[in-house]
Amino acid sequence: MIKIEKRNDVPMALYFFTPFIAIILTILGGGIIFYILGFNPIEALKFYFITPISNLYGFSELLLKATPLCLIAIGLSFCFKSNNWNIGAEGQLTFGAIVGGGVALLFYNQEGFYILPLVIVAGAIGGMIFALIPAILKTYFNTNEILVSLMLVYVSKLLLDYLVVGPWSNPEGFNFPETRQFSDSSRMPLLFEGLRIHAGIFLALAAVMLSWFILYKTYLGFQIKVSGLSLKTAKYAGFKGKTMILVVFMISGACAGLAGVGEITGPIGQLHRMISPDYGFTAIIVAFLGRLNPFGIIFASLVVALTYLGAETAQIFLQIPKYTGQVFQGMILFFLLASDYLLFFKVKILNLKKNELRH
Amino acid sequence: MYKNFFRYLISAIFLLGFSVNSNADFKVGFVYVGPTGDHGWTFQHHEGRNAVEAAGIKTTFVESVPEGADAERVIRQLAQSGHDLIFTTSFGYMDPTNKVAKDFPNVKFEHATGYKREHSNVSTYSARFYEGRTLLGHIAGKMTKTNTIGYIASFPIPEVIRGINAMTLAAQKVNPNIKTKIVWVFTWYDPGKEAEAAQALIDQGADVIMQHTDSTAPVQTAEKAGVWSFGQASDMQRFAPKSILTSIIDDWAPYYVERAIAARDGTWNQQDTWHGLKEGMVAMGPYNSAMGADLVKEVEQLQKDLASGKVHSFTGPIYDQKGNILVAEGKVADDGMLAGMSVYVKGVEGDIPK
Repeated sequence: MIKIEKRNDVPMALYFFTPFIAIILTILGGGIIFYILGFNPIEALKFYFITPISNLYGFSELLLKATPLCLIAIGLSFCFKSNNWNIGAEGQLTFGAIVGGGVALLFYNQEGFYILPLVIVAGAIGGMIFALIPAILKTYFNTNEILVSLMLVYVSKLLLDYLVVGPWSNPEGFNFPETRQFSDSSRMPLLFEGLRIHAGIFLALAAVMLSWFILYKTYLGFQIKVSGLSLKTAKYAGFKGKTMILVVFMISGACAGLAGVGEITGPIGQLHRMISPDYGFTAIIVAFLGRLNPFGIIFASLVVALTYLGAETAQIFLQIPKYTGQVFQGMILFFLLASDYLLFFKVKILNLKKNELRH
Repeated sequence: MYKNFFRYLISAIFLLGFSVNSNADFKVGFVYVGPTGDHGWTFQHHEGRNAVEAAGIKTTFVESVPEGADAERVIRQLAQSGHDLIFTTSFGYMDPTNKVAKDFPNVKFEHATGYKREHSNVSTYSARFYEGRTLLGHIAGKMTKTNTIGYIASFPIPEVIRGINAMTLAAQKVNPNIKTKIVWVFTWYDPGKEAEAAQALIDQGADVIMQHTDSTAPVQTAEKAGVWSFGQASDMQRFAPKSILTSIIDDWAPYYVERAIAARDGTWNQQDTWHGLKEGMVAMGPYNSAMGADLVKEVEQLQKDLASGKVHSFTGPIYDQKGNILVAEGKVADDGMLAGMSVYVKGVEGDIPK
């Protein structure tokens, strides 16, 4: 008979070490998959994890790809730490991009140093407002935030579809579903000539610092952590649960909105239907892989960003199907959850005698 | 003296041989918007790539590249990793293609269905799919009993509107009572939405369904409902053998092979290609025997006439929905008008989404 028991003493060091175990297992698992598919596993893994970042351009692309993932995951960490399951970051990202993009279009062909900050703030507010919907419904009407935030993803994507096909479509664009290219005054400044990495990375770094400060140095952070550990304790301590839920959702939404606005004012430069390859969902993996810790999230966002780039490189050089990237992301989460389970629980195999079984 | 001369000669020959050898390194890259197994748009581009490969030229492809921020990186990586000619096979790659082309003047770029050629190393190409639509219209007009044709449309861009108009005009010619009902699905590939749209059109009385989207869901829905349908982009007959009357097939292979050889041999030039039935970029699938021998003969003749230029899909008089004349009697629409087409012809129901 197998018995599963909770472990009482989980060492903190091991808790932060399991993500590395998960990554190593993923790489091993990937090697096995490549071998079964008929590729040389060492060569395939090299093209997957080393080639994409073997030059400056590749490294800058890694940072570019990690920026939105990091921003969203930082926001999500506030929600997840306090037991609020915001699954709709993709929708908050989209709505932030819509609001920010709307401001950028409003200032089309105008000059002014204040335009870009306005666009960015508008994007953050957009994401914040959109995240407030599931938060308010949860606090005042007791709805399930997982469902509401997830369903709102489709609402925001359909709204974006409507806008780029209809009222905001480029008047000179033959009805193609996209807006005008934003003017330079509402584009993120590039950090280096010839590379696409832009000032948005500083927003992500600022979010990391700020979230560390809030989570570990403020009363709000304390409330969030206690609520995450035990809602009853939080109530007993007299924390105002409703306000906290609203605040964590607002932070989360603002971060997702910033990520969206960073994409459209950075590498994309306009609004169209494909502004995010599901960053909002992938960021959930990033948040957990980073242990909901601000610095862990930086690391996790780089790892997950690499699985995107690696999938492209592996297909270019070895013609490995590009969907292996998603397989890798899935494996990371799977191995992380599995090793967490073994970390928090121990499995005992009991040898029962016959007479014991009769009972 | 002579010794040196020979040494130079040998090294010159060697160098020459080397530069000829570099032809063997000639590589062509393809960027696809969907998976190679979509049995529609990307599937056909992939078939074109196979033909290039069969012609002895090395190729690479990257599938399911989102038309957002990722496209530029993929195109750039292909250019950086020694590809000499790169086909970007979706409209959304237009700006990234031109951006990368600027930084790689020695690499040739071919962008499908776009209109921007900002640098001399960027060509564009597309097919006159509307010629195929004319044939579908003729067949649909003859086959319908309810005089209602259902049309699943993707985005209100000129290419799609051109297809709707060409089909309607041809159907009206053989059946003046024809009505075209349209459902806009605002996607190129979404089997669920496409199937719903097909069902909605069938419920509204359409007994012929056609699509300007890429999945096989509409023809399968039509097969189940027992109405006629047409395959799109590739021969979809095996997905709905009873229902499909024929398919419009995008045959990119001849063009891809020609352009790849031209780029390899150094004869590649910037151009804007718009090929149709004549050049074989648009081809028709096998005709369903349910059409009857007479209709098949008629359609085959029309196909020949369209290819030879004897018949044009947009021959006047053509009126818009309000009855204003678009193309005068005896005239044909020029390419400029076709490229920017943004109004329905008379007989199409509803408004173009704005």
